[in-house]
Amino acid sequence: MNIKIKNSSNDPIYLQIKNQIRDAILNGELETDELLPSIRFLAKELRVSVITTKRAYDELEKDGFIHSVQGKGSFVAPQNIELMKERFLKKIETNITEILRYAKLAGMSHDELIEMIKTLESEHAECD
Amino acid sequence: MQNAIELRGLKKRLGNFVLGPIDLTVPRGCIVGYIGENGAGKSTTIKLLLHLMFPDEGEIRLLGKDVQEFTPQMKKDIAYVFDDLYLPEDMTLNNVQNFHRKLYGQAWQDKTFADLVARFNLPDSKSIKHFSRGMKMQLGLALALSHGARLLLLDEATSGLDPVIRDDVLDILLDYIQNENHTVFVSSHILSDLEKVADYIAFIHKGQLLFMETKDDLMNQYGIASLSEEQLEELDDMAIVGKRPHQFGVEVMLKRELVPSDFELEKVSIEDIMVYMIKGKRK
Repeated sequence: MNIKIKNSSNDPIYLQIKNQIRDAILNGELETDELLPSIRFLAKELRVSVITTKRAYDELEKDGFIHSVQGKGSFVAPQNIELMKERFLKKIETNITEILRYAKLAGMSHDELIEMIKTLESEHAECD
Repeated sequence: MQNAIELRGLKKRLGNFVLGPIDLTVPRGCIVGYIGENGAGKSTTIKLLLHLMFPDEGEIRLLGKDVQEFTPQMKKDIAYVFDDLYLPEDMTLNNVQNFHRKLYGQAWQDKTFADLVARFNLPDSKSIKHFSRGMKMQLGLALALSHGARLLLLDEATSGLDPVIRDDVLDILLDYIQNENHTVFVSSHILSDLEKVADYIAFIHKGQLLFMETKDDLMNQYGIASLSEEQLEELDDMAIVGKRPHQFGVEVMLKRELVPSDFELEKVSIEDIMVYMIKGKRK
């Protein structure tokens, strides 16, 4: 698993770590019951504070992505991928509704909107 | 859980300078950066911790015990690195090791010391007066880490050293706190190092502890903006921590929670926080 810390990012470092581990779990790179690196080891390797990595793990645990066993470490929790997808679809739906509202206000046509999505998509692909 | 350092109402008067009263608690397993100007009281605090100087008032507890009750055997639990070695200059590596073996008795770890000496590439034939500044600090660090100490105090240990050696020191400190019973308390001017690894930042100014906070919270609390005088006027006075006016505008450090959320703020460094806070106090 790769974790990239960007100092220029607006996201705090704990959130960058949290999101990348979450993504690795969701795309199957990290498997259920897999042992995660210890918070101290992760902090050492990424050169961040132990408090930062601990916070990332705490939030992953709160969101049900991992579970910790005292004295043993943190493990990837079983994920209900279908449920996850459903949640993401809900989010997309809410956001698209909002986008449509703004597009109407800005007087954008359907085609213009699609064009914008494509442009952003290709820019995003370059960034990755 | 046992704390690594507990200071209660610690006070020390030295001529016109008064340190404290300081109350400070350092939990186990973390790295604390102790920052402040020259003469703010950083070294005095560390000398008091090591019982090289005695407080006028207050209590110092290290690893759960009052320092006054420390026996010579218990001193192995505390290690320190200063800006110099304070050893006879004619000693070679071997002499230094023999001396420390006698000093620390059973607690002394030959292998740990040998490993660190090899890691730093320290010469065993030269007497330490021929060591460079960096080599002396590396030797100091090797000695400090070779008697099983649970608390490591560094007083300006890396000042005047090149970035590569400082980077090695960071690695060693991070290795050290892989054991969650180990704690590092480091006073330093080189704040970019601390920015990377410290869990907490404690800031002392003119003998007073201004705050001790987690580094993450600290750095999220403030932001820097470049403004015009008019824009500055519109801001809540309470939001302004410090400012640097110049001919073409003003740079200000602001408390994020007190400015409108659409306000564009840049990230701060620990150095920014120190400079703006001290200069802000001067006005």
